[in-house]
Amino acid sequence: MKVVGKPLPKVDAAPKVTGRAVYADDMLPARTLHCKILRSPHPHARIVSIDTSAARRIPGVLAVITGSDLPVKFGILPVTQDERALEHEKARYVGDPIVAIAATDEEIAAAACDAVAVEYEVLEPVMSIDAALATPKDERIQDYGGPNNVHKFVALEFGDVEGGFARADHVREDVFFYQGNTHLPMEQHSAIATYVDGRVTLWSSTQVVHYVHRALSRVLELPMHRIRVIGAAHGGGFGGKTDPFAHEIIVAKLAMITGRPVKCTLTREEVFYAHRGRHPVLMWVRTGVTHDGRITAMHFRTALDGGAYGSYGVASTFYTGALQPVTYDIPAYRFEGCRVFTNKPPCGPKRGHGTPQPRFGLELHLEKIARDLGLDPVDMKRRNYVKPNTRTVNWLRVTSCGLEECTQRVLEASGFKTRERRPGRGMGFAISSYLSGAGTAIYWNDMPHSEVQIKVDRGGVTAYCGAMDIGQGSDSVLATVVAEELGLQPSDVRLVTADTDTTPIDLGSYSSRVTFMAGNAALEAARKMRELLVQAVAGAGKRYEEVSFEEASVLAEARFGTLTTAGSYTPPKIAGPYKGSGVGPSPAYSYSACVVDLDADARTGLIKVNKVWIAHDVGRAINPLLVEGQVEGSVYMGLGEALMEEQVFRKGLHKWPSMLEYKSPTFLDMPEVETFIVETDDPEGPYGAKEAGQGPLLPVPPAVSAAVYDALGVWIDEVPVTPEKVVEALRRKDKGETPRYGPQRFPAIPYPETIKVDGPVGHQDGTC
Amino acid sequence: MLRLPRFKYLRPRSAREAAGMAAEKGARAMFVAGGTDLYPKLKRRQFEVDTLIGLDFLGHDIRNGSTECVIDAGVTLSAASRDSHLKGGFGGYAEAAGLVSSPPLRNAGTIGGNLCVDTRCNYYDMTYEWRKAAGFCMKKDGDICLVAPSSPRCWAVSSSDTAPMAIALGGVVTLVGLDGERELPVSALYRDDGIEYMAKRPDEVVTSLRLRAEPGLRSAYVKLRRRGSIDFPIAGAAVAARMEGDTIAACRIVLSAVASYPLDAEAACTFLKGRRLDRETVQEAAELAAKPAKPLDNADLSHFWRKRMVRVVVEQALERLSDQPGGFDS
Repeated sequence: MKVVGKPLPKVDAAPKVTGRAVYADDMLPARTLHCKILRSPHPHARIVSIDTSAARRIPGVLAVITGSDLPVKFGILPVTQDERALEHEKARYVGDPIVAIAATDEEIAAAACDAVAVEYEVLEPVMSIDAALATPKDERIQDYGGPNNVHKFVALEFGDVEGGFARADHVREDVFFYQGNTHLPMEQHSAIATYVDGRVTLWSSTQVVHYVHRALSRVLELPMHRIRVIGAAHGGGFGGKTDPFAHEIIVAKLAMITGRPVKCTLTREEVFYAHRGRHPVLMWVRTGVTHDGRITAMHFRTALDGGAYGSYGVASTFYTGALQPVTYDIPAYRFEGCRVFTNKPPCGPKRGHGTPQPRFGLELHLEKIARDLGLDPVDMKRRNYVKPNTRTVNWLRVTSCGLEECTQRVLEASGFKTRERRPGRGMGFAISSYLSGAGTAIYWNDMPHSEVQIKVDRGGVTAYCGAMDIGQGSDSVLATVVAEELGLQPSDVRLVTADTDTTPIDLGSYSSRVTFMAGNAALEAARKMRELLVQAVAGAGKRYEEVSFEEASVLAEARFGTLTTAGSYTPPKIAGPYKGSGVGPSPAYSYSACVVDLDADARTGLIKVNKVWIAHDVGRAINPLLVEGQVEGSVYMGLGEALMEEQVFRKGLHKWPSMLEYKSPTFLDMPEVETFIVETDDPEGPYGAKEAGQGPLLPVPPAVSAAVYDALGVWIDEVPVTPEKVVEALRRKDKGETPRYGPQRFPAIPYPETIKVDGPVGHQDGTC
Repeated sequence: MLRLPRFKYLRPRSAREAAGMAAEKGARAMFVAGGTDLYPKLKRRQFEVDTLIGLDFLGHDIRNGSTECVIDAGVTLSAASRDSHLKGGFGGYAEAAGLVSSPPLRNAGTIGGNLCVDTRCNYYDMTYEWRKAAGFCMKKDGDICLVAPSSPRCWAVSSSDTAPMAIALGGVVTLVGLDGERELPVSALYRDDGIEYMAKRPDEVVTSLRLRAEPGLRSAYVKLRRRGSIDFPIAGAAVAARMEGDTIAACRIVLSAVASYPLDAEAACTFLKGRRLDRETVQEAAELAAKPAKPLDNADLSHFWRKRMVRVVVEQALERLSDQPGGFDS
């Protein structure tokens, strides 16, 4: 192949590094108004009255809107349409939007916000999983779900769980906690809207142009053809820009009212309130194993602290139980999940969506089981690895699987088995898996998930696709696929992307789906185009490879007229035969293995990560440079979650909504990362490719915690692994108590009766 | 985005002129040197002034004499951290300057600014909107202390890295005010109050810092923080000692970020005088030094852990002295 597999620079590298890229906040059309949003200062309160009269009188204020101007509720999932762009009945977290103001400049809008008088009836806030499970002192946060502040239960059972435990030689239970954290994209959310000739146009920093389009149509009560959504240059999302957001709807509404462009760029503090980040998850896991460490049954329970609204929460809940059987062959599996509402900014999808938490618990749990049995943890895990081309007990279809090769690569490179043993120095090992795109759309439909059109004329090639490049390099992948098929360089391909008026649909940059799905759509469109070109050149008695692209395109255009082709991708229908089987299936799974080497200071508890080795089965690296970038970025984010990041609250407020106080690793804290790309040539991925953007984060937190145990002999069963927890665990160890820091118990949760599902017959034999 | 408020920027040509402007404008004006802490605080409306008085006129020289080193207040923290005289004679000071924040901020921030840097508290270093939601505290717009609600005073934390070191080294600042010039030991520059944390008059400008060279002088600074860069100290130890042979003739240990002012650990110094720095002595001294530190829950990580770590940083700082030329027995 000519360009696939080559470490070429991103097609949008130059505009990004020279400052030419136009982000939403860079846009300033003539007569632009600036919008500020007044937010609730209370975590839980009924809104008695809103008096905006003083704000309206301030010179320069052109529009003031409240929830009664935008009463229609929306939400990313059809089952949880529970958000309003502005709340006029009830505030559910500190930061909930209440009033929006458009003014001639930002200071005036801010001053006008301060002039609004809102009368609240303050209610008792619900700030923890335990509190959410209990009877509310005043009232429930949402009026659906239940009992109490429970949002969603999931209870599924696959195979003979009871029998599995009965034949186990050893059974172990553990409790883990994974603290919530946020995405921290460099670019704050920003959106600007115009209203011209009865049509709304919105430019936004979003990952999901199409879903924003749908939400605008719903809330503004305009047909979709009167709304155009364009993805502006993007400064990072990581899942934090995957919902339709209040400010996007608000600027559109304010543009409709004023007839002028209206812009809203969130402050960093507001980004912490927009959130949709990692759910704090409490976990309980019980596993049965044979003497030699083969898993016979597993029972996994999760409790998710969801924040005030649904967001992706239903999916997140399923994800905390879905992927355990995708790395380990679990013959019988029971999963019970529960998401609760609390008076905090809503949680949602962050890189790894719902799976880093159970991955942390699962990997450490197996480490402990191996030690119980006197087995080497790595060997025991390997004994249970899933095999390629099998079905898991929960019906997930595994195709290519490079788990064993990933493991070998990191073990060899790190010298894990022969590591130096001295107090304070440790290494930890963990593995993981992630989807290459969700197998089902957010809303039920039978249409393709991604579509690409290609136009060739007078020697030029343009590819059109709704895909949104959020920095992960989806534009580069589109250009590379088209270039490869037509015999060009990626820089020869013009791209039009992420514009609901001019590009065919792509569902968005989430669930690691774009390379796989838009890549396959591009491949189909490009192969059709190549066929036209080849045919026309052959008609002139030549071979395609012998003529210039210009000549080929002139011949083809002369023969066929306008040259356009299209391709689309729809994931295979592979979900299992049970309710709730829609979350988890993916056309392919990526696999990762990682070793972390660190020094942990027994006096201070401070941890210095020396090096991370990580191998990632990406199927095929369409651009190895982009894959390495995604892997290293994932390692950074995983280390941040493992060691310091925490979205925590004090007295109902976010404790530190700033980039100084919310700690995330700096350049200095980042260790060397050695990345190994493992290629397994997936049968369904474009050129065999699978995902790289999320999976490599997953093994990092458990590997850190395992390394701390290796270094100091204490288990830190929750993230972040902070110095104070390490010191406390060591104190307990010295006193002869359990050498551990972590949650003591899992609450009593009234899970419903499990839905019992038979696993697929012969699921690990490769016969189904 | 958070925007700066509108303000007038005055450019005096001398400290005397600056003092005159400050006296005239009163509480509506503030001095600004590097502005690395001031501008974010203006954006968060922690400081509400309509005038900034620029201190660009301050000198940028480090003058090294045989008995003393005079550092102009306008010297940047990065220049101080790289200066060979300071690194040679006052290593702990250069170290402390080099551990403030991050490289870009050290290139703008000055040594005078770091001596005067505002006290910090994670109930106070927040936006106007956050503080309004939390309920304003007495340091700005409110009347109670949110970290110690029953306390009549403010417990914001002294967060300068260089001030404790300057005190340990017996540094003296030159102040220029309306009434002329005066000198003040750095130790007398601070008060035990989170709000009125400086003892100088508001119109006085810090124009230089003088450090006295002494034979056998060694110094070290150890800073505790979560990350390798950017973060303010959450505890720290500045140690300076004058050695006679292998015993300590005089020494001073000053703690950062465990009180509203740089905290002098006098008992430890009295104990160390006349002793050799062996391991036991170091441990005992560190124990004594840590005793007066009473961190509260208003900085990063838990205050219990910070309290326990004070001993560790003091030990580390004392141990670092022995790494210096002519090191000690340990």
